[in-house]
Amino acid sequence: MTITRREFFRLSGSAVAGTTASLLGFGTLEAVAAEVRPYKLARTTETRNTCPYCSVSCGVIIHTTGDGAKNTKAEIVHVEGDPDHPVNRGSLCPKGAALLDFIHSETRVKEPMYRAPGEAGFKPVSWDFVMDRITRLMKEDRDANFQAVTEDGKTLNAWATTGFLAGCATTNETGWLTYKAVRSLGMVALDNQARI
Amino acid sequence: MTNGWNDIKNADVVLVMGGNAAEAHTCGFKWVTEAKANNGAKLIVVDPRFTRTAAVSDLYMPLRPGSDIAFLGGVINYLLSNDKIFHDYVKAYTNAAYVVRADFGFQDGLFTGYDAEKRDYDRSSWEYEFDSEGNVRVDPSLRHPRCVFNLLKAHYARYTPEMVERTCGTPQHLFQQACELIASTASSSRSLTALYALGWTQHSKGSQNIRNIAIIQLLLGNVGVPGGGINALRGHSNVQGITDFGLFSNSVPGYMAMPKTSEPTLEDYLKTRAFKEMLPDQMSYWQNYGKFYVSFLKAMYGRNATPENQFGYDWMPKVDVNLDTLRQFEMMFQGKMNGFICQGFNPLLSVPNRKKLINGLSKLKFLVVMDPLHTETAHFFENHGDINDADPSEIATEVFLLPTNCFAEEEGTFTNSSRVIQWHWKAAEPPGQARTDIQIMADLFLRLKDLYAKEGGAFPDPIMNLSWDYRNPARPSPDELLREINGKALVDLTDPNDPTKPPVKKAGELLDLFGQLRDDGSTASANWIYSGCYSERGNLTMRRDPSDPSGMGIHPNWGYAWPANRRILYNRASADPQGRPWSNRKKVIEWNGSQWVGIDVPDFGATIDPTTRATGPFIMNPEGTARLFTRGMMREGPFPEHYEPFESPVANPFGPVQSNPVARVFNGDMEVFGTSEDYPYVATTYRLVEHFHYWTKHARMNAILQPELFVEISEQLAREKGIAAGDWVEVSSNRARIQAKAVVTKRIRPLICDGKPVHVVGIPIHWGFIGATKKGFGANQLTPYVGDANTETPEYKAFLVNIKRINPMV
Repeated sequence: MTITRREFFRLSGSAVAGTTASLLGFGTLEAVAAEVRPYKLARTTETRNTCPYCSVSCGVIIHTTGDGAKNTKAEIVHVEGDPDHPVNRGSLCPKGAALLDFIHSETRVKEPMYRAPGEAGFKPVSWDFVMDRITRLMKEDRDANFQAVTEDGKTLNAWATTGFLAGCATTNETGWLTYKAVRSLGMVALDNQARI
Repeated sequence: MTNGWNDIKNADVVLVMGGNAAEAHTCGFKWVTEAKANNGAKLIVVDPRFTRTAAVSDLYMPLRPGSDIAFLGGVINYLLSNDKIFHDYVKAYTNAAYVVRADFGFQDGLFTGYDAEKRDYDRSSWEYEFDSEGNVRVDPSLRHPRCVFNLLKAHYARYTPEMVERTCGTPQHLFQQACELIASTASSSRSLTALYALGWTQHSKGSQNIRNIAIIQLLLGNVGVPGGGINALRGHSNVQGITDFGLFSNSVPGYMAMPKTSEPTLEDYLKTRAFKEMLPDQMSYWQNYGKFYVSFLKAMYGRNATPENQFGYDWMPKVDVNLDTLRQFEMMFQGKMNGFICQGFNPLLSVPNRKKLINGLSKLKFLVVMDPLHTETAHFFENHGDINDADPSEIATEVFLLPTNCFAEEEGTFTNSSRVIQWHWKAAEPPGQARTDIQIMADLFLRLKDLYAKEGGAFPDPIMNLSWDYRNPARPSPDELLREINGKALVDLTDPNDPTKPPVKKAGELLDLFGQLRDDGSTASANWIYSGCYSERGNLTMRRDPSDPSGMGIHPNWGYAWPANRRILYNRASADPQGRPWSNRKKVIEWNGSQWVGIDVPDFGATIDPTTRATGPFIMNPEGTARLFTRGMMREGPFPEHYEPFESPVANPFGPVQSNPVARVFNGDMEVFGTSEDYPYVATTYRLVEHFHYWTKHARMNAILQPELFVEISEQLAREKGIAAGDWVEVSSNRARIQAKAVVTKRIRPLICDGKPVHVVGIPIHWGFIGATKKGFGANQLTPYVGDANTETPEYKAFLVNIKRINPMV
């Protein structure tokens, strides 16, 4: 007879099961096997990553379901410290240890959102809509307020009426591409969270 | 960090001040534990609160928030008056012996050249004397009354233990013990590491706190050695990287500066940055500035950057005024800003004086937020009572919230505090329609380029000429971008000494290191200090070999540390002027007769013979030495001087100038600073071990651990104000009032400063109105709108409040 752990508890009616199992007519071996919870990470894929919180940058291993095949969808089910990492050596703090809850937070943004003037809240919209509208607003502002020269005629080529605050939990590659794009527009109201 | 996380284990003394590593950098702090357990290290903690770092210290002492310079100045005075300095190091490797101009001086709290109207200095007298050949005048005997050493001594003679106690509230006997422990590292064989975080930077004179520890570490000979250094424990996972990439108003990647309008040509720009050496034999490595900058312009504009158009120099905007975050919000507040884009940043909770922020954001035409989470900034227009007092119907700002991936859903590199660049791999797809920041930025740029191509508009040249040479222009890959960052040869690079040899690099090949960069347009590199991280050997940031052959915590094949995979900066200073290690215990590199060798990549010319050429170890400075006296580089003076926070309960015991005389204060902000008559208590802000800024309040586990805002007060203050643990209290500053539960604790105790008791109110920062925690007020509703004079980091760590018990909130 094979039963799952859940069924076993249902049958036994209690989490205190082992010693009472035989009373319910199960063989000892079956009862022991039923008590051992299947190791949930046995069939997951491990991916090396870095904790996004503080700058100790602890190594983490992210466990996802599936083996990466095309017909599987990887879902993150577990995050733990990377034991090989020279700095954290497998440990995580109370923040890093709860990364799974950040990844699956209910308050993650899942679709582009738009709030019109005077409205009380956001409504979901398409990527095309937001990107079109944002770039149009940016161009209007840039064309109206770009300063090619200073009052005394010196080259300036700056656009100061739209600001850009870069994050600092984004990658270096993002940082560089952002720098490139933002400076090509002549943006000078540029800053990032490092200051604060 | 000059050193790294693992290197902390080599320390003999650990000073944690201006930080709380055990709670805020928990897994890095284990290396302090390691130093204590296996290196006999002693831990000193100086903090207004008895933190968990303090709980495992060998020596803890409190100080009043905002009085760090008085404390550290007192340490300098102790070291100098008790002759506890590492003499050979100080003489050979610092500017102690340099003679300063005769017109330099300090009187009544001000250095020479102050202009009260401009709230700024003419810094020209803060300079060395030069001889007719342009070399600094040096007095190796240290007898010259105007040599840096004697000026330093005179400046800090006023910082007596009595003054330290009077200003900081730190009992003299504890201060004395700290000085003795710190001084025990004034030798060749012992080192002290200084660990700090925002507790030192979030002050109106935060940069000078760091200067203070730099002076101490140089006097002790603790820079460039294992277990030493000046170690900023930085905040977010890639705050180091984004700083390296210069995403600041006035910066260019790799710690270069944006050009100014006074530099109309590339030649003008480079001329002022020639960094000619100030003494014979020096390297002055910034002399290569032109190579780094031209290679950067080639990375920006590619083929379109030519010698004829000064490599696109005119396309870069010119920046005369630094438009930092505080100034940006000030501009918004004044209605001078129309659009605002926040890429993974929640300024509504992290910039001071929330009332002003809501007001500013409400005046924008549009706000774009790119974030994995619903941030308060994106939802700023919502009304959440006193927590966020806004009226959506009155706010005309268009708001866009763009979903992005989180760390687990993308690949790329972060750079940690130790400057180690580490690749991470993607584990899953982002939820719903979320996109990477790279994809969003590419889309934004390509759409704008398309609009300019079709419609024309203001100066489209830099947009049309930007290099966008990616396999899929709409989705540049992190791999391609990291190659672009590392840099490559654009033509065959021949050996300059012998052009007949086969090329050093063939056209298109990735460069081995920044030493191969050139200023003639034949190389491109987005960020010179990262050059070497992705060479023809492969992507070295992916390396995961944890081995540490020397056992000194170097781990040379784990990721890649900029610059040049060097793990301890200034490590040339670990050896004496002849190239012999000062001590076997603290050995990093040495001269073997023909080259520099050791356990780390030498921070020096690999074949510079120290027995025949007196090149200093601080090769980024044109002097070749480190600066005890910073010349004109810091806005408020070449030596740190104690000034009170802009809101302080005491008159500055050190002199008539109350607060930082050059800190920038906008109109209207000065008027809302509070006084100690109305707001008698000192408040300070901090983080909790269970939370990270404003992220973890979205995570259920952390919300369970710390669900609700509280403020911490001492038992004494609680008694005085009739507050019991768990009571509701109202904390008010001259800008706002907040409500919270009271935690009454022994961790904070009243201090006696200038003869009167000073109570401290502790305010953790982690709450907002979105997420899994309870809604809560933010410390930034109370804090003053003023920043450090050099960096504009807001003064979050010392301001004035009042507190009273209130009826329970419903």
